[in-house]
Amino acid sequence: IEQKNISYHMSDLNFYEYIFKKIYLALVKKQYKNFYCGVWPLPHALTSSVEQYPLNPQTFAFDYGKHSATQQGCSLLDAAFRRYFSLIFPDYTAGRWTEEFLKCQISTDHNDCENYPNDDSSERYNLSVSAGQASLNAATVWGILRGLETFSQLVYQDDLGSYFVNETFIEDFPRFQFRGVLLDTSRHYLPVHAILKTLDAMSYSKFNVFHWHIVDDPSFPYQSRSFPELSKKGAFHPATHVYTQSDVRRVISYARMRGIRVLPEFDSPGHTGSWGKGQSDLLTPCYKGGAPSGTFEVTSVFPDSYIHLGGDEVDFSCWRSNPHVRAFMQKMGFGGDFPKLEAFYIENIVNITSANNKTSIVWQDVFDYHERVGAHQDFTVLVEVWKHGCYLCKVRQVTKAGLRVILASPWYLDLPGPTHNWARYYTVWPLAFPGSEKQKRLVIGGEVCMWGEYVDATNLFPKLWPRASAAAERLWSDEKQTSSVEKAFPRLEDFRCKLLRRGIQAGPLNVGHCKHEYQGV
Amino acid sequence: MKVMRAVNTKQCAPIIYALLQLIIFYAGLNAVKGVWPLPHALTSSVEQYPLNPQTFAFDYGKHSATQQGCSLLDAAFRRYFSLIFPDYTAENGQLEVAANNSFNLYSSTDHNDCENYPNDDSSERYNLSVSAGQASLNAATVWGILRGLETFSQLVYQDDLGSYFVNETFIEDFPRFQFRGVLLDTSRHYLPVHAILKTLDAMSYSKFNVFHWHIVDDPSFPYQSRSFPELSKKGAFHPATHVYTQSDVRRVISYARMRGIRVLPEFDSPGHTGSWGKGQSDLLTPCYKGGAPSEVTSVFPDSYIHLGGDEVDFSCWRSNPHVRAFMQKMGFGGDFPKLEAFYIENIVNITSANNKTSIVWQDVFDYHERRSALSVVEVWKHGCYLCKVRQVTKAGLRVILASPWYLDLPGPTHNWARYYTVWPLAFPGSEKQKRLVIGGEVCMWGEYVDATNLFPKLWPRASAAAERLWSDEKQTSSVEKAFPRLEDFRCKLLRRGIQAGPLNVGHCKHEYQGV
Repeated sequence: IEQKNISYHMSDLNFYEYIFKKIYLALVKKQYKNFYCGVWPLPHALTSSVEQYPLNPQTFAFDYGKHSATQQGCSLLDAAFRRYFSLIFPDYTAGRWTEEFLKCQISTDHNDCENYPNDDSSERYNLSVSAGQASLNAATVWGILRGLETFSQLVYQDDLGSYFVNETFIEDFPRFQFRGVLLDTSRHYLPVHAILKTLDAMSYSKFNVFHWHIVDDPSFPYQSRSFPELSKKGAFHPATHVYTQSDVRRVISYARMRGIRVLPEFDSPGHTGSWGKGQSDLLTPCYKGGAPSGTFEVTSVFPDSYIHLGGDEVDFSCWRSNPHVRAFMQKMGFGGDFPKLEAFYIENIVNITSANNKTSIVWQDVFDYHERVGAHQDFTVLVEVWKHGCYLCKVRQVTKAGLRVILASPWYLDLPGPTHNWARYYTVWPLAFPGSEKQKRLVIGGEVCMWGEYVDATNLFPKLWPRASAAAERLWSDEKQTSSVEKAFPRLEDFRCKLLRRGIQAGPLNVGHCKHEYQGV
Repeated sequence: MKVMRAVNTKQCAPIIYALLQLIIFYAGLNAVKGVWPLPHALTSSVEQYPLNPQTFAFDYGKHSATQQGCSLLDAAFRRYFSLIFPDYTAENGQLEVAANNSFNLYSSTDHNDCENYPNDDSSERYNLSVSAGQASLNAATVWGILRGLETFSQLVYQDDLGSYFVNETFIEDFPRFQFRGVLLDTSRHYLPVHAILKTLDAMSYSKFNVFHWHIVDDPSFPYQSRSFPELSKKGAFHPATHVYTQSDVRRVISYARMRGIRVLPEFDSPGHTGSWGKGQSDLLTPCYKGGAPSEVTSVFPDSYIHLGGDEVDFSCWRSNPHVRAFMQKMGFGGDFPKLEAFYIENIVNITSANNKTSIVWQDVFDYHERRSALSVVEVWKHGCYLCKVRQVTKAGLRVILASPWYLDLPGPTHNWARYYTVWPLAFPGSEKQKRLVIGGEVCMWGEYVDATNLFPKLWPRASAAAERLWSDEKQTSSVEKAFPRLEDFRCKLLRRGIQAGPLNVGHCKHEYQGV
């Protein structure tokens, strides 16, 4: 009835019609403006206008620029184009399409199609969307991947299902080089497709490191080439609860296609309860010359230049009980100083690792032991800060010692807490410690940790997403532009609905709804 | 053929034989005892019978009041066949070992209540005996048969080769409490119908028998009303995709009935009705006089109806001049609790005129002076909830206990035990008072819950409450004893496709594959 009234007035009074249309358009445009600013994590520089371009899935195409170093045949980008086409047009079969045309042209400076992403890979990109064409430029394919993700988030549908994108100009790059998610596949086994799906979700939030805490005390699911007994006896089940070499290759390749590095962790000497089940001579006796077995084949299986050596929560009482260990310590002049022994052990492994041209990451425990024994000179490791309390004090301390830092303490997502707590992962200020510019530069990133005590494939996704995305924005975006929880909330809510639409089982943030609810029950 | 583990008595010394027997006995016992919730009386032996999916059959006893054609049981047989033999299609030659041995499960009931709805006086008692070549399951009603089928399905286990076995077992079982509910909140987040149906499946595995459907509340009104279509048109998150149509509601009620589950609708008023007003501008306050939704009593067959009545915000009424004038007329003055009491009394009267029993949240009991008008009170507030239970039963009213089972609340991760170590009758009071505690309910409020995280939040923690409400308290007082059985049950849930969360570090033979 109201509608009829309005049209009656409009046809009667041309002037009112004109005014009304103006107001209506302004309102509509304002609404769209909200839409197309909805990129998560927020780009560093974004300008956009009310100019709206329709997209037609029947004619839309990705294309390589003339001067691009990569061209058709770059399988990494070709596959990404296919992937993002379906992400941009989720209900392609259902729509009614206009004749409009828009293509997205990409170009890169380097041809690194066949490479693995690494710690010096640039992820910077420029994206401009204007009439009839979008162009996406980056130095590397990794930048293109990030830009495609952004572009896919710029596209929106109106109520009739038609697709639109607004005129937009973006310059974007990550604030931190290392933006990781840790999954723990030892305390509970995660099926390979749960890992792959996590990699998908990670790419939607521009994470670039998958930290695979692959083995630990409870089980050893990694099927080793050199030590097959390890998973035969150490896995929950030697046939169904293992990662074969081909599983591992699949994960690494799937991650590469999304610009994600796979950082393996073979935590020693602390969390190795499951190792001993398979290799009876591996555990403590091994610390002498057998230490290379700590890095056995890992350096060849995992292409990344980093390797995580663990080194946390060592239970010295185990060593103390071993007469051989005690005799060795006497010989080395350590006396009863177990931290010294631990330092010696780690130093050995680190040396072996760097002999393999790899950079070692260790948990902060190692730094603490070394600090105590004064052995951290000429010791190039990356330190992952994970303990709670004043974690920034520790960051300051480690960077003061000239070592690089990865921050994990504030992002232990498996820990229980209030239900509505995405904001606590958002309001983290990794560089808010007193220190020199050089020290700040040593903080290379952060990591979301999802330890597996109470997490498996049944609850991993709603626990991880969209809360990990809060950390992702902190690690990618400019801090000043993203310091307000209130401003971020509607954008995160919108992003969560996008995740649902893409099949990621992201948990709810508060009372409300998404246009397309999760249908995977 | 009985498959006893091969023990050659001629070669073995008798002592070793005895020892082996003992080991087998324990192994067998473990396999048999894994029923959740624990039956009241269960004896079992090491006698092990193979089951062959090709020859296994459900059947009706000769003297049973229900016979073939009782669609409720026929459907249950089909359902439980696939639950008992989850990888039937994958079976191979190994099963031929026992190919000639048929095994029948005979069900007999005293009454033919196939077409009925379960209700508050439905008996769920059953006897189950499993012996050579056959099992018999006897119950007064079809509801008892449903519970017995669930128990039987949990008795069957597979060896490493995939063959199925069941041990000689005798069970007498019945629920400790008549009312064992799960509340879902479909207003704060919309739950797709299939998420509700799957919850009903999981409920039947834990022998829950009431689905408390908190269908509408402040944030949205997804119930598509016949009499007031505007309510969902304006009050739902989306009038086409985020609603429950009449046919959805019928489907839920019928799906629940097939599993022996009552559907208890809650149309919470006068507190949580923010979304009602969006559709019916004249419904909210003015309506409290006579407009109680009589549609609800006809759509929902259950004899109970939940009227809500919690957390009323009096400031809203206070701001309404019509309300204030009405209060003057009635002589309430400024006493809003009196108005609330008057409101509830009105609705309760209308409800009982429709031959329905009304349930209200404890708030109503607290406001009310003339409590005799009430019938069932749901205790939900925290603190000393047993004090409140005592108080309500002292007033002669029936109680449903929900306080200790708010599963949506945050808490330590590893907390199933806190839902298990609840003692609903541990208050000083007469026998009569204890009998007035008719059951309990697990509540899953929807502020931070939707289809993405409902299942791992609900299961298997709700199952801990289920055992408290079904089983004998003395036999189930130890968390340590219950833990391995619950872990085993959680793996069974995964095997049945229920996304039940992990209890601790470890694994299931068949992990959740639904990612």
